[in-house]
Amino acid sequence: MTELGVEDLLREIAPQVLGALVRRHGQFEDCEDAVQEAVLAAAQQWPAEGVPGSPRGWLVTVASRRLIDQVRSDHARREREAAVAVAEAAPEDVPDADDTLVLLFLCCHPALTAASQTALTLRAVGGLTTAEIARAFLVPEATMAARISRAKQRVKAAGGEFGAPGEAERAERLRVVLQVLYLIFNEGYTASAGGELHRADLAREAIRLARMVHAQLPEDTEVTGLLALMLLTHARRDARTTAAGDLMPLAEQDRSRWDRALIDEGMRLAKDSLAGLELGPYQLQAAIAATHSDAASAGETDWQQVHALYLILERIAPNPMVTLNRAVALAETAGPRAGLELLSTLDSDARMTGHHRLLSVRAHLLENAGDPAGAYEHYRRAARATASLAEQRYLESRASRARPRTAP
Amino acid sequence: MKFVIGMHINPAVLEALTPEEMAAIGEGHGRFIESLKESGELIVTQALVDPSQAAVVTVRNGQPVVTDGPFLEAKEYLGGFYLVDVEDKARAIELAAQIPDAAIDGLGVEVRQVMFSDGQLDA
Repeated sequence: MTELGVEDLLREIAPQVLGALVRRHGQFEDCEDAVQEAVLAAAQQWPAEGVPGSPRGWLVTVASRRLIDQVRSDHARREREAAVAVAEAAPEDVPDADDTLVLLFLCCHPALTAASQTALTLRAVGGLTTAEIARAFLVPEATMAARISRAKQRVKAAGGEFGAPGEAERAERLRVVLQVLYLIFNEGYTASAGGELHRADLAREAIRLARMVHAQLPEDTEVTGLLALMLLTHARRDARTTAAGDLMPLAEQDRSRWDRALIDEGMRLAKDSLAGLELGPYQLQAAIAATHSDAASAGETDWQQVHALYLILERIAPNPMVTLNRAVALAETAGPRAGLELLSTLDSDARMTGHHRLLSVRAHLLENAGDPAGAYEHYRRAARATASLAEQRYLESRASRARPRTAP
Repeated sequence: MKFVIGMHINPAVLEALTPEEMAAIGEGHGRFIESLKESGELIVTQALVDPSQAAVVTVRNGQPVVTDGPFLEAKEYLGGFYLVDVEDKARAIELAAQIPDAAIDGLGVEVRQVMFSDGQLDA
């Protein structure tokens, strides 16, 4: 098997192996370390020596041995040795139960910061190595290793247990899981210069994990909605930047470069998700993305529908960013002045003060309203406020396009 | 999110500190570095030599000209920085407040988000 094939296989079975180990031994933190070591060993050995007959069994055996070595070498934890050693005898019986969800709930423990939830999820459920995660987030491996180890200590200290959370807690925990997956996806999608390639991998990894959750919970409409949203967004990745790496706004993208297969799948899932009784933010965002995907050209976009969807989203999940997006849709249906009026309701929101998105949307609407001086000023201010180099270049170019001609 | 926490030092202020105060600052930085390493937020930290040791390089008509001393004649100079990767700006500010310099009049601690980075981080 090729190195890439081995990597894919390892990522797929790593959470199953971890689940099997934790079921047998408890001690999530130690098991997670042991599985990581076993995965690293497999990544080295399998491409050269061939994949063993039972890859899962091999990994469970190797990881169990590492776990026992760890416990033996740790004098402070000597008393736990006996318990682990008893289980050493039967390493082959890998349970069929899929522990992906249980592991996700643990990795996305509410006691952790988003950055830690993300890192731990990618390692324990995604089967990525610490080095790969560090590269994806452009930090040194030592930094990422410390973050993961701290995260595991936190989960332990917070009494995080390996097991499905109770019914009451479950919905909230699933919401956090989806949030973490979306965060991983966006980290990959908002690729800046530098490690662009690796960050695109993060988007793919988030989609893979969302597919795993969807396979476990096919009836959950928000899970379906999130997967649809990711696929519809990811379908545009090639059209989103020019060959030179400059940003291409949705309205100007070459839609023939959108990935048809991803759009078809995303549209189907978005439709499925809306068939349910409940309506959540991911379903609505997927529906909005689907409306854009449905338009053959930017001019054919059904802005009435986009606006109506943002209106519902604003009601169920109020957020100034949603209002901002609704203002764009409103401007398309009722004119730029109506959009600007809605924007002015955000001026008193402290979260939006000096925010580059508010400045750039206002610039865009002022431009359409025939106020080039106002547009120029706001594009320039937006360019200064953004932390993304690609976005800054784009906003500067819009500013020079809007720049009013001065008298000679 | 990556931030540089820059420390702007004033050599005159530093010279006026007692050896005990200087030692306390050093220990404070040491503890700060340890806790940052443990939390997985530190990327790198560097401290710079005294501004009097700086050299300003200009190229005019293709010819480099080197002038000893700092670029700006000022009271405060960049003395060093922490490059951190943290949850959000609020956390960067929380960390900045833990730097001993922040509690001393005449020394400035500044938080700025990183916009672009490239190069080997594992050096």
